[in-house]
Amino acid sequence: MADTNATTAQALSAEELPKAQNPTVQFIKKFLRRKTAVLGFLFIVFILIMAVIGPSIVPYDPNAYDYGAILAGPSATHIWGTDEFGRDVFSRILAGTQLSLGTALTASILGTAGGVVLGLIAGFFGGIADSIIMRICDVMFAFPSILLAIAIVAIIGPGITNIMIGLAVFTVPSFARIIRGAVLEVRGELYVEVAQSIGCSPARTMFVHIFPGTMQALIVNFTMNVGGAILSASSLSFLGFGANVTQAEWGAILSQGRNYLAIAPHLVLFPGLVIFLTVLAFNLFGDGLRDTLDPKLN
Amino acid sequence: MAEPLLEVKDLRTEFKRGKKDWITAVNGVSFSVNAGEIVGLVGESGCGKSVTSMSVMRLHNKLSTRISGDIVFGGKHILELSEAEMQSIRGNEISMIFQEPMSALDPIMRIENQLIEAISLHNKELSKDELHKRCVSALKLVGIPEPEMTLRNYPHELSGGMCQRVMIAMAMSCEPKLLIADEPTTALDVTIQAQILALMEDIRNKRNTGILMITHDLGVVAETCSRVIVMYAGNIVEEAPVKELFSNPQHPYTQGLIESVPKLGRRVHRLPSIPGSVPDLAAMPSGCRFAPRCKYAQASCSEALPKLVKVAENHYAACPFHTNARKEA
Repeated sequence: MADTNATTAQALSAEELPKAQNPTVQFIKKFLRRKTAVLGFLFIVFILIMAVIGPSIVPYDPNAYDYGAILAGPSATHIWGTDEFGRDVFSRILAGTQLSLGTALTASILGTAGGVVLGLIAGFFGGIADSIIMRICDVMFAFPSILLAIAIVAIIGPGITNIMIGLAVFTVPSFARIIRGAVLEVRGELYVEVAQSIGCSPARTMFVHIFPGTMQALIVNFTMNVGGAILSASSLSFLGFGANVTQAEWGAILSQGRNYLAIAPHLVLFPGLVIFLTVLAFNLFGDGLRDTLDPKLN
Repeated sequence: MAEPLLEVKDLRTEFKRGKKDWITAVNGVSFSVNAGEIVGLVGESGCGKSVTSMSVMRLHNKLSTRISGDIVFGGKHILELSEAEMQSIRGNEISMIFQEPMSALDPIMRIENQLIEAISLHNKELSKDELHKRCVSALKLVGIPEPEMTLRNYPHELSGGMCQRVMIAMAMSCEPKLLIADEPTTALDVTIQAQILALMEDIRNKRNTGILMITHDLGVVAETCSRVIVMYAGNIVEEAPVKELFSNPQHPYTQGLIESVPKLGRRVHRLPSIPGSVPDLAAMPSGCRFAPRCKYAQASCSEALPKLVKVAENHYAACPFHTNARKEA
């Protein structure tokens, strides 16, 4: 009798007790509940795939002139129409995904890396280093970011690489500030003191023990930032600071189309729509990540 | 007698509160710890015992702390070392264990990686295999039954007692000469406390490590220490061998502390306590800092800070009206 009881108890504990869930599984489950964020994520994945395979699946050569079909509206042959030189707009946008996304991602990564290092230093060491770094960031915050990027590009000259540098520079202060805040939270933790007590150097304490604690804030803001960077990169190209007119880049395509707005609105509509959707997708995805990772909302 | 392992002379630690506004947390403290000796540092919260230990490790924020005096460890003057030299001492020659084992380990690192970090920082030449072996033997030393399994765990998967064992393993992994234990048992339940204390004594016996045991628990002191230092408001008020301290406390504060420990088998309606509370660091009374709470206080007590005087063999008290003196009078 006692024996059977014992076995039942064991069977119960194995089957009916809630299983300790893997945090990754938990995270994915929570994330999947946010439909808009999932939609954003899927669109980002789609765009990323297009960025990789786009240039090889374009229906027309994005730079081939076709004087027989100038400023043609959307049709079966050119689904998104053609531009003033008869180049296929769909092919140009598809081929331009790589350049537009690449510019935004590179700029974001560069800017984030710089911001993380400065934020870690400011938060960890405090004092004069903190004051200097944060005051410089404040000065940069005082400028509208796009204006700052324009100023940088104006100094170092136009071109895609310089746009990336300009965008990266104005990404730095916001990340420095976010990371500094996260560092201040983590550095008071006992395990950081323990790390120092076993002989970790400041650099090691900073990167091995404190940096992972800032990851949450970092991932969310990075995602949001990519969306902003796409918009800014396109704006700069639109204003003529970035890609030159022969390059297929979303902002540049839009910029050229502007001249024919009255007679060929599709030249502005489609690149504008693609930029809009991509930025929206990154923002929705970022919002979803933030909500999922926020312990207060769960 | 041989050179003490750690000698602290006239240590003053001050914290910055505002521009040119410093408050003194530790006010001229001197003591020593010998190899293989467990010294208890007791006092209530805020009396400066943790600050003293952090000063020895030089773990305070440099920008807001001012430390003066002299700390000699193994012939080296700790306060004069460069930051790099200090790093090679921390964890290697002096290590520390902390009050809350559950939050003392990095939550996103496996136990093995944390132990490897502690070992490899001071033994750069070791191979992966050797490091792993050192980790296993470190965990065996602290009595963890299945070291291989524990090494793969994350801190949240371990109990408080296990975490504290891992902490001790980490602290002992480079065979330090001095271990500073900052309330190592406060966050643990009584049976685990006894195990951890026994473990620390065991390690002391095996390795001849000097241990500075910081605690507010007189039970822990009576159990493990050979010598006790009592601190009050940033000063040492009494120092004596453990038996002597409990049987013959001299300073009124020590007497109050010992009286306020509940005793088995004695029925009292109200536990005796020391009246009043610890003075604010920023508004210290002049003269003896315990005087406002002391039942033996005299007018002369508030004139000058009393110095430690010898009251018996190896027994010092910072009170001119200590018990022996009162008896004589």
